[in-house]
Amino acid sequence: MDYTLLFVQVINGVQLGLLLFLVASGLTLVFGILDFVNLAHGSIYMIGAFICASLTFYLGNFLLAVLVALPLTGLVGYAIERFVARKLYEKDHLDHVLGTFGLILVLDTSAHLIWGPEGISVPLPLWLDGQVEIFEGAVIPTFRLLIIATGLGVAGGLVWLVNYTRLGMLIRAGASNRTMVSALGIDIKTLFALVFALGSMMAGLAGMLISPITEASIGMGGQIIITAFVVIIVGGIGSMKGAFIAAIIIGLIDTLGRAFLDSLFELVMSENAAETAAPAVSAMMIYILMAVILAVRPQGLFPPKVR
Amino acid sequence: MSTLLQVSGLKKQFGGVKATDDVNIEVIKGELHAIIGPNGAGKTTLISQLSGAVRPDSGSIIFKGRNITNRPAHTRAKLGITRSFQITSLIMSMSVLDNVALAVQAHDGHSFKLFKPARKVTHLRENALKTLQQVGLENRADEPASALSHGEHRQLELAIALASSAEMMLLDEPMAGLGPEESTTMINFLKTLKGQKTILLIEHDMDAVFALADRISVLVYGKIIATGKPDEIRANDDVRHAYLGEE
Amino acid sequence: MNIIGKITIAGMLILAIVPPVLLLSGQAFYMDLATRLVILGIGAVSLNLILGFGGMVSFGHAAFIGLGAYAVGIPAYHATYGEFEMVASYNGLFHIALAVGFSALFALFTGAISLRTKGVYFIMITMAFGQMAYYFFLSLDVYGGDDGLTIDVRSELPLINLDSPMQLYGLSYVSLLIAMLLVNRIVNSRFGMVLQGTKGNAERMATLGYNTYYYQLLAYVISGAMCGYAGFLLGNFTTFISPDMMHWTRSGELMFMVILGGASTALGPILGSSLFILLEEILSSFTIYWHLPFGLLLILVVLFIRGGLMGLFKSKSGELK
Repeated sequence: MDYTLLFVQVINGVQLGLLLFLVASGLTLVFGILDFVNLAHGSIYMIGAFICASLTFYLGNFLLAVLVALPLTGLVGYAIERFVARKLYEKDHLDHVLGTFGLILVLDTSAHLIWGPEGISVPLPLWLDGQVEIFEGAVIPTFRLLIIATGLGVAGGLVWLVNYTRLGMLIRAGASNRTMVSALGIDIKTLFALVFALGSMMAGLAGMLISPITEASIGMGGQIIITAFVVIIVGGIGSMKGAFIAAIIIGLIDTLGRAFLDSLFELVMSENAAETAAPAVSAMMIYILMAVILAVRPQGLFPPKVR
Repeated sequence: MSTLLQVSGLKKQFGGVKATDDVNIEVIKGELHAIIGPNGAGKTTLISQLSGAVRPDSGSIIFKGRNITNRPAHTRAKLGITRSFQITSLIMSMSVLDNVALAVQAHDGHSFKLFKPARKVTHLRENALKTLQQVGLENRADEPASALSHGEHRQLELAIALASSAEMMLLDEPMAGLGPEESTTMINFLKTLKGQKTILLIEHDMDAVFALADRISVLVYGKIIATGKPDEIRANDDVRHAYLGEE
Repeated sequence: MNIIGKITIAGMLILAIVPPVLLLSGQAFYMDLATRLVILGIGAVSLNLILGFGGMVSFGHAAFIGLGAYAVGIPAYHATYGEFEMVASYNGLFHIALAVGFSALFALFTGAISLRTKGVYFIMITMAFGQMAYYFFLSLDVYGGDDGLTIDVRSELPLINLDSPMQLYGLSYVSLLIAMLLVNRIVNSRFGMVLQGTKGNAERMATLGYNTYYYQLLAYVISGAMCGYAGFLLGNFTTFISPDMMHWTRSGELMFMVILGGASTALGPILGSSLFILLEEILSSFTIYWHLPFGLLLILVVLFIRGGLMGLFKSKSGELK
């Protein structure tokens, strides 16, 4: 076993997990408080990436672009809440799903109109574009370390938000219950819009952080949203802690599966068969994990308290 | 006189609230046993534990000599316990007759028959219609349940409980929200059921309870503070103090 | 007969007559459109059984269509290029058996897990399982992976030649009729009553003594098998299959067809798939950005139209209060 490679892949897995957490935490936040299922969350992730890409070229600096793109993405989220989502809260989950499905078409096509069909690759500043050698042979791109630091920072921020603020008190109460929230003397409409915008910003941030590695592209939202769903299902819908743990587990399993499954399979089958089977199985691994966990715990690892 | 339902040491806690606090009840076959108690005493929670909708934290529920404490709701129904709901719980999109027919079908079986039209199975329809006649809803049989008035919903709830042919009925405030006249009809109807069915009745309407019950248990803050014949309950100092009286 | 019944019969008559007439008068394009519509209609009818009548919001139904299509493509591929003799075959009946069998098995496995959950969990899990099937075929390089798989020879059936557009349409149309009748029989049977009752009030059904899980699971398996059969037809129609057929957005489209037309009605899914495919054709002929008005339209439908098109007819005829 090549431990250096294993180390590098574990770092990659953690980084993927933290990106997943950024997307999933927004989803679970919106669901926990608003009782709203947002399929278009992935499209907001995409919009964040595109806005940041454009700004990087305009401002000439990736980090500056992220700082400006964050509130802009929040604004997009706010607009979506104001004009579409708000009208859907009263309806059932089926309507949420269908309405936000329509929203995906609108957002993705708008991105197509504005930014064109090609993806945009985002250049990094020189000091971020390099690599760091952690120990002999273990070379990690500097930017991935930044992603990990950012992800951990946001996770820490959320812990603070959930445990030590008024907003967090509502989250912990699982306050999809309007009467309870208004009994606490809070303007519900503003609170909901705020939560939605916050969730959007986190998804957008994930999109911004991934764009220098892959690129900003139209299809990116549709891919991440399902994985984010798997994360919050496994973690328990509405649970922030669950989302974090599940995101890391799934990030690791997905990355390590893709990296090592073929050599693992070669131990028990022919090289040819392993080469065919490994990609297929590793592509399904997170879903198999989800199935196993749900078969044992239908409400996920950390089911929210009685709602 | 044999015991049909034996509840021992039942406990259920929600957060910090003891909704059911060491409850012991014995229901004798054929009796109408009423449970009374002030709002928030935990009456509905108790019924929900007996019907299987809520799992108790500890204690045991024995029905016909079988321990059903951890059985799911549908197996209890098969064994012969049915309930009505305090907040009307019907299948609103279906017709009144369909609602009752489903209850008849539940003990008739054959529910995995996939192709034969259910509405053409005469004995299901006839039995359902007969039950509707008993509660006086036969004229509304073909209307959707959603079209009925509140009072009629209460009657339909009872019809469904009846149609399931359960030996024991748990009735959760069948009189809730009824006008005086409707209440009288309901009381008279429940009287006709006495002796045929074993009934555990939760009710707020004191006149109804004292007119109907063979025995009464008083539930206050999750505890049974007294059980006895209506006269004994009326005379019980604790009950007068805690609940009945001195308003 | 009530207005809904009349509309249903009229709609099915139009589908029986118009496309063949158009084909005979040289308009092959419309025949293509109608064939696609009818095949997806079968998928929508099967989804309606669980979504409309059973209240199970399954967001992974396109997976069954894909499974059905690969049940044609993989045996045909091996019959042409060798290897894996066990399944190599052009026999259509064998393809159907594979399509229906594997779809039913997949439904049994995913349904058994998904149905332990409720509400949003169920929506997301069915979606995730659908994506699992998608990624599975995406990473199977043997069968083209991302690039898809071309079917060189269509399924061979007794008496019917699927290479003839007219006969393929005929088979699809008759299949649709049978699917509609089947669903209609099922939802009105004792089983169907339990299924609809569970949609209306699951707690009540449990209190009556029904173990609702098994009823829902059986309906889910029937629906999946039926949809797998639609996939068999679709594979033979397009002669090209790719994982894209199973993508979650395809499942979303299928759901929209059901809701757009009117869930838990016989004709609703057909109306919905017709409207969906026609809109798609018309809008996409104007602009490559047709998804934008299309998406807006979908949002408006969700916000303002209760019960879909059939709902509109019902309220016009005064059947709905």
